[in-house]
Amino acid sequence: MASSTDQTSRRSLFSLVAGVRETGIFAFIVLLIAIVSLRSPYFLTVENFRDILLDTAVLIIVAIGQTMVILTRSIDLSVASGLALSGMVVGMTVSSHWGLPPLVALLMGIGIGIALGGFNGLLVTKGHVPPIIATLGTLSIYRGLTFVVSGGAWVDAAEMPDSFKWLARDTTLWVPNLVLFAAIVAIVFYYFLNHTRTGREIYAVGSNPDAARVAGIPVDRIVFLVYVLSGVLFGMAGVLWVSRYASAQSDSAMGFELQTVAAAVIGGVNIFGGSGTIPGVLLGSLLLGIIINALNLVRISPFWKLAVQGLIILLAVVSDVLISRRLQRALTLRRAG
Amino acid sequence: MSDYILELQEISKSFPGVQALDGVDFNLRAGEVHALVGENGAGKSTLIKVVSGVHQPDAGEIQFQGRSVTFANPLIAQQHGIAAIYQEPTLFPDLDVAENIFMGRQPLQPVTRRINRRQMYEEAGKLLRSLGMNLDPHTRVRGLSFADQQMVEIAKALSVNAQVLIMDEPTSALTLREVANLFRIARQLRDAGTAIAFISHRLEEAFELADRITVLRDGHYIGTRAVHDVTLDEVIHMMVGRTLDNMFPKQEVEQGEVMLRVDGLTKEGLFYDVSFELHRGEILGLAGLVGAGRTEVARAIFGVEPADRGIIWLNGHEAHIRSPKDALALGIAYLPENRQQHGLVLPMNITQNVTLPILREFARLGWVDRVAEQRAAQSFAERLDVRAAGLWQKVRELSGGNQQKVVLAKWLAARPQILILDEPTRGIDVGTKAAVHQLMSTLVAQGFAILMISSELPEILGMSDRIVVMYEGRVTGRFTRAEATQEKIIAAATASAPIAENTEIQCL
Repeated sequence: MASSTDQTSRRSLFSLVAGVRETGIFAFIVLLIAIVSLRSPYFLTVENFRDILLDTAVLIIVAIGQTMVILTRSIDLSVASGLALSGMVVGMTVSSHWGLPPLVALLMGIGIGIALGGFNGLLVTKGHVPPIIATLGTLSIYRGLTFVVSGGAWVDAAEMPDSFKWLARDTTLWVPNLVLFAAIVAIVFYYFLNHTRTGREIYAVGSNPDAARVAGIPVDRIVFLVYVLSGVLFGMAGVLWVSRYASAQSDSAMGFELQTVAAAVIGGVNIFGGSGTIPGVLLGSLLLGIIINALNLVRISPFWKLAVQGLIILLAVVSDVLISRRLQRALTLRRAG
Repeated sequence: MSDYILELQEISKSFPGVQALDGVDFNLRAGEVHALVGENGAGKSTLIKVVSGVHQPDAGEIQFQGRSVTFANPLIAQQHGIAAIYQEPTLFPDLDVAENIFMGRQPLQPVTRRINRRQMYEEAGKLLRSLGMNLDPHTRVRGLSFADQQMVEIAKALSVNAQVLIMDEPTSALTLREVANLFRIARQLRDAGTAIAFISHRLEEAFELADRITVLRDGHYIGTRAVHDVTLDEVIHMMVGRTLDNMFPKQEVEQGEVMLRVDGLTKEGLFYDVSFELHRGEILGLAGLVGAGRTEVARAIFGVEPADRGIIWLNGHEAHIRSPKDALALGIAYLPENRQQHGLVLPMNITQNVTLPILREFARLGWVDRVAEQRAAQSFAERLDVRAAGLWQKVRELSGGNQQKVVLAKWLAARPQILILDEPTRGIDVGTKAAVHQLMSTLVAQGFAILMISSELPEILGMSDRIVVMYEGRVTGRFTRAEATQEKIIAAATASAPIAENTEIQCL
């Protein structure tokens, strides 16, 4: 009955398929680095990679939040607006309270993120608004609020205390703080998603919501939770963003929400929920960061930049899908035989 | 009364527009199998969901071990030791077997509350072995065969030390051998003191496995009988409120010329050298175990996955069928096994579904003539006696039997000559079954030819003019209606080889 003619080969093939998702992206990254470094000698320098890591760090933080939302079959389009709002409110606060410790500022950003994410979560779970609509609405609302609270003005570098600016710019043990924050977030959420019941329930809800309900998993509470967690991360990212660029602007991070979705999808997160890993998201974010960086270096016409960026993203995702599909087929044939 | 572990009294439950249950009684003793039977829509599934805490009753009382209880959600029912296996597996395809078994109840490290993975996989492996499965608990559920998924469900039920196990239509997609294995496990559990509630459309199975049978009809409680005190006919009578004088209304139809001839059809790995003829006015039964390659042959004839070798003759001409479009143009229609997946667009209404293959006929410069479309759908729906609130009703909301009729209507609308029906009555109730059989008889009398794939022997024997039996992709038997017997067909379908060695095919 168990039908397992050769159990071991089945499993190794399965893990191969699972592994290939990440190795595929990895190979693509290596290939891209090789091509770009031929055209631009500066690309393969320590400084440039430091830049890429710094640029990618914020993306990683927000993309991890986005990933958890996508895992439950939802989406959070408000992350960039939420990031801007949290950054603006915190930026204005530190400019008027120079004595505020940077960590308190960070916690304040997280608090704002929780409120914004919680509102998203309520709209989706209690209001039964489809996630894409709900967060499309809050995308505009949060951005609009950013303009309202700032009156359209900037908070610039001179208005912020150095201690706050160093939050994202300092290094701890030679590691840039920003990279450290991203690493901590990645490790915490890796542990959460893989080693706690709630983390596994996030996968369960996305994989089969009906079955999750039958298994007694509080589906709505999980969906609410992932929106709050997304809020925590974009709230935190908002503060880091302002600290890093030493300016809070109403229009910062415009369109950034699509980068977070792209990073997740490139990293193998299933847009229909249920599967995706933190290492995958790290690689996906990194690939996206490298693409953006490389396009700046190889001096492609700025008019073409976005189009080429999109093309490379599609290429990465399509080749990944083709490879895994071919393997899946090999697996089926093998099992049938 | 206290010898009941679970007792439901006067349970009522209504949904908008439907009184699903109306004062229903049901009880379970430890160590018995209690079958719950009734036609589709009789309220079996609703009752089961009340027991498992998915639905809360509007009225009535549930007593568990003599104490009155309320199951506000599935978790509370589970904590009382009630586990349910639903008709459709409720598994997480993206997760592995062990995670599916323990979801929400994973063993934790005492201090850190971290999931103890090692313990989880060990216990999962132990459970699976106790069920006679050597399935690796690390296997991802996506891609497991239906039977294996069902076993994972049972392992899940066992992992909570279920005192009450509810099985809702567990056999509807299993092969004979898998059913036998399932029954073996059910008996083991029963003998160990588990109370089992068993729902099945196949009454023969209820009689084989159960100690008592309770019949529901239209949400009402009809009665409970001990299996040895009641006959199959009596139970059918209780279910439908009338005696079905003829389950298989086969009419004698004059057979005409050969309409379809298949010659040496082969597709590597799936079927080899399959040949048969189908005449006008004939029902040809294609029998065999699930996985014998019958569906694959049908799909090859219909052009879904064309064969590698072999010739298909239609009305004496060689036909080159490379796609379903070709097949439809040549007058072949195929009613797939899984009607929800392949045959219907569930969110669309009846009219839209029926006219889907012939929409072109109603189009004027790209605009669909709604009135003509409606008229056509009406005539087909009436001909097949589709029961719905109206043609505007979404197909999703129809019962299984009516969905089946809509699929039939859809293909008849394409005016085929040859109908290929794949498991035409799987999962539909006795009354509708008889209606579908009646319809098949009427259709062949009108000059259609029908190729019927069925895993139900009574259906094969009752409806076919001739029978072709397949085993592991090859034709192993041909019988006329007169010479066919149950024993001959089973022998051919299993190639009378020791079953244990030769039917490792259900994962095809």
